[in-house]
Amino acid sequence: MHGRPRKAYKPEEEAASAAKAAKLRALQSQFMSNHHNKIYTKEAVDLSTKLLEINPEAYTAWNYRKLAVEDKLSRIESDPDLIKTILDEELRVVESALSQNFKSYGAWHHRKWVLSKGHSSVGNELQLLNKFQKLDTRNFHAWNYRRFVVELTKRSEQDELKYTDDMIGSDFSNYSAWHNRSVLLSSLLARKADGFLPNKKIPDEYKLVQNAIFTDEDDQSGWFYHLWLLDQTVNVETPLLTSSWPSHGSRISLYAGCSNGSFSKLTTFGSESGYFPLVLNFDQAVGGVSSSTVTIDTELKGNEDLVWEPVSKKNSHVSCVWVARLKYISSEPCFGKEYKVKVKIGNSPGIVSSRGCNFSASYEFVFTAHVHDTVEESSQEGIVSWTDGFDIWDAESKDLNALTTLDRSNAQMDSKWRQEAIAEEIDLFRELPDSKIGKLTLARLLMAKAMISDDAVKGVHYNEILELYKDLMALDSSHYQYYKDVHSVALLRKVTSSTEDLSGHLFRCRNMNNSVCLRLNNLSLSRIASVEKLLFVQMLDLSHNELHSTEGLGGMQLLSCLNLSHNRIRSFSALDSLRHLKQLRVLDVSHNHIGEHSVDTTRYLCSSPLFNSEWTQDEVGRQMPTLVTKYWDAYFVLRDLNLKQLDITGNVIAGDVFSSFVLRVVPKLVWLDGKKLEI
Amino acid sequence: MKKKIASSIGLSAIDEEAVDERSLSTKPSKTGRLRSFSSIFFNPLQSRDSSSVFKADELFLFFLPAGGFAGNTGHDPHVLYTLSAVQILALFDKLDILDVGKVSSYVAGLQNEDGSFSGDMWGEVDTRFSYIAICCLSILKCLDKINVVKAVDYIVSCKNLDGGFGCTPGAESHAGQIFCCVGALAITGSLHHVDKDLLGWWLCERQVKSGGLNGRPEKLPDVCYSWWVLSSLIMIDRVHWIDKAKLVKFILDCQDLENGGISDRPDDAVDIFHTYFGVAGLSLLEYPGVKAIDPAYALPVDVINRILLTK
Repeated sequence: MHGRPRKAYKPEEEAASAAKAAKLRALQSQFMSNHHNKIYTKEAVDLSTKLLEINPEAYTAWNYRKLAVEDKLSRIESDPDLIKTILDEELRVVESALSQNFKSYGAWHHRKWVLSKGHSSVGNELQLLNKFQKLDTRNFHAWNYRRFVVELTKRSEQDELKYTDDMIGSDFSNYSAWHNRSVLLSSLLARKADGFLPNKKIPDEYKLVQNAIFTDEDDQSGWFYHLWLLDQTVNVETPLLTSSWPSHGSRISLYAGCSNGSFSKLTTFGSESGYFPLVLNFDQAVGGVSSSTVTIDTELKGNEDLVWEPVSKKNSHVSCVWVARLKYISSEPCFGKEYKVKVKIGNSPGIVSSRGCNFSASYEFVFTAHVHDTVEESSQEGIVSWTDGFDIWDAESKDLNALTTLDRSNAQMDSKWRQEAIAEEIDLFRELPDSKIGKLTLARLLMAKAMISDDAVKGVHYNEILELYKDLMALDSSHYQYYKDVHSVALLRKVTSSTEDLSGHLFRCRNMNNSVCLRLNNLSLSRIASVEKLLFVQMLDLSHNELHSTEGLGGMQLLSCLNLSHNRIRSFSALDSLRHLKQLRVLDVSHNHIGEHSVDTTRYLCSSPLFNSEWTQDEVGRQMPTLVTKYWDAYFVLRDLNLKQLDITGNVIAGDVFSSFVLRVVPKLVWLDGKKLEI
Repeated sequence: MKKKIASSIGLSAIDEEAVDERSLSTKPSKTGRLRSFSSIFFNPLQSRDSSSVFKADELFLFFLPAGGFAGNTGHDPHVLYTLSAVQILALFDKLDILDVGKVSSYVAGLQNEDGSFSGDMWGEVDTRFSYIAICCLSILKCLDKINVVKAVDYIVSCKNLDGGFGCTPGAESHAGQIFCCVGALAITGSLHHVDKDLLGWWLCERQVKSGGLNGRPEKLPDVCYSWWVLSSLIMIDRVHWIDKAKLVKFILDCQDLENGGISDRPDDAVDIFHTYFGVAGLSLLEYPGVKAIDPAYALPVDVINRILLTK
């Protein structure tokens, strides 16, 4: 079935093949009779041996042999020698079958079954394995069986590590050995075994994997191991808070009334509901954020027992982003006052990363909330236009600094070896100028360096990183879109890396009463990133880019106006992360590709009725079952949003049927495709 | 291994000897009934009406009292063939002939304490069987018969440091196993456990210079990976990271233009297994004239929508 040349059968071959098939059928037919009549005589068992020698894939024969063994064992007294003899015969049959096909699941499992009975000598097993490893060093059945034997014999991880040393030493192009090494090493590092501290071990491993990468630049065997080492170097196990909104030391102005981005200052927020979001952004997915692990100390009434929600799918209880809603409007007159809010994270244990690490020592930040009683007169019901009158925003840089400062105060300990390792690797990879893996690894190393070093140096590296990804788009065109995506990530990191860079993309929207808009349009962006630095954004223009999904946007909790027109969005399921944006009122997805493709690449990434969970339909949904089935993803995304303005023109899905469906699902919609709707 | 996965994806009841002896494509079938199952499975993808040819009741020749199906008459039951039977019946909208309670209990009964699944009563554990159980029970709408949380936890325990998945904890990442794990996580709404960028890069690097896909680093390309790698990439929304046009060309180059069928590699012998995966791959690549196939269930999208989106 694999690797057999295509050629017509010659008549002699046909005849021989037919004869072989006839013989096999006769054997099988007799075997079945024995099996169904539970005949376990020597003759019958020998027949099964013959069958398995020809076809080790005859799974029922392996089952039969197990029944025969159990039958035999039940008849004899527990004589260990006799038992061993019976089982040894099974091992012999397995070995014979494996010599026919060393990838036979049935054969390997039968051997495991025999060994698990505990009566056979395990001493030979590693030798047997060595034989198979020589035949094919990538035989994963053999590697799996090796792990089984190691478990059985309690062989040490250090000894097994030495084995991978030997395998890699004789041939670096052995991904299976590198994989096994990664499993063993990560275990030894995790339990801090003697001589296995990361600051010493990781640099050693870099030296080991270099041979694999530099000897043959096209051989992938060491690539993923190197990427894992980089991850170990850069990422600290303990989860950290990377940013928040409001941020430490900031002063926000809160207004009553609706918010559609119509506020002139960067730090202003308004909501009809009288709640503002408190957003926590961690460097990795964590669980356990609750009112017991995060305490709020403030005079703002009504915030005693906050409910914290992860910005994630329904099934998931972990996320990088957590939100709680703080009440700032109550029945009591408390307007015009300034309130200090103290947020303490990790006072009591409970915040744990998805890898099982606890949040580090308690961390605290403070901000001030100035509550205003008047509704700003600019809270309009008018249509939001994305094309008219944008003015450069005068940077009130103190304001912006407070918002964009990435909090590194709870920075990683023990960073010297990390920075040194990265620096050495960078020097080394500069020596591989024209290879794909050389450029890709160098770009990744430079990104890593930017992440763990001081702000001042950052700007310099990003241009080099962007150039490297551009080179790779040409050098390895099959993976063009991969490099495009990481290029977009790097570009957004650059844009958000300094106040100067960021303020170049901030504009005042004249027609929206000079409210602040972040414009990232026409940048060929294919990915969204650095949202943790953009938590303050309320109006965002991402039009005329190459986005095919809004993955990553869920953390932008203050977002009320979003322009995604002229992108490559193919379905509403690709907009699933927008469901977390409770402030979203204006959405433009016009001129995309919604409805154009038969393949939905985000079908399983969104919360949907495909997961066999209760398909909860509201009244509206129950009235239009056919349309809800047809437009299930649009239904789920739109009904969770409180949109006032929506643009969907220029998509294959658009039309009278879809428009009337939208109007039923989004009853509070005021503007559709630029037209005001009759109430 | 691929034979097993092939049957798990609906190529049911392959008469292994017939396949081995290559008697399928040219000679009148020695195993007429079986060959008609397989060819019927392919037809819907090419939009031909074959429901008149398929006799659903014949499947019961492979059904055993325990509730599972066997690979062929006389053989023992196994989840592999049980899923095939369920998929075939789903395809022809004939699930009502099943004793759903019995079949689902058979499958659910194979879940172990740690959340893993055995293939049959003899206890072989493999994430392939996790996928099979979850896919099968999902189609039968009996997922609540198993402990889904534990099943997901077990699959996650098979996640490797390269982002991929193996057959058991600590086993090497392999595209076939990755399909099974990602598919199972997709069906249970648990894809948040996957590091999409990390796995996506590992998967997209399966595309070699010829445009074909291999199953793991430094191996030869093979048309069947057009399914396993491709469907995995689609489920995690990273399919744009490969060159689709090049892959289409590779699949088409694997056709036997004289006698029909698709082989694992250009100029190799064809078989129904690779023919199926080649066509399924072309469907995922939106090749004109091929019906849309669901990447998690390996069944046409309209079949899955019919089963899961209506009460």
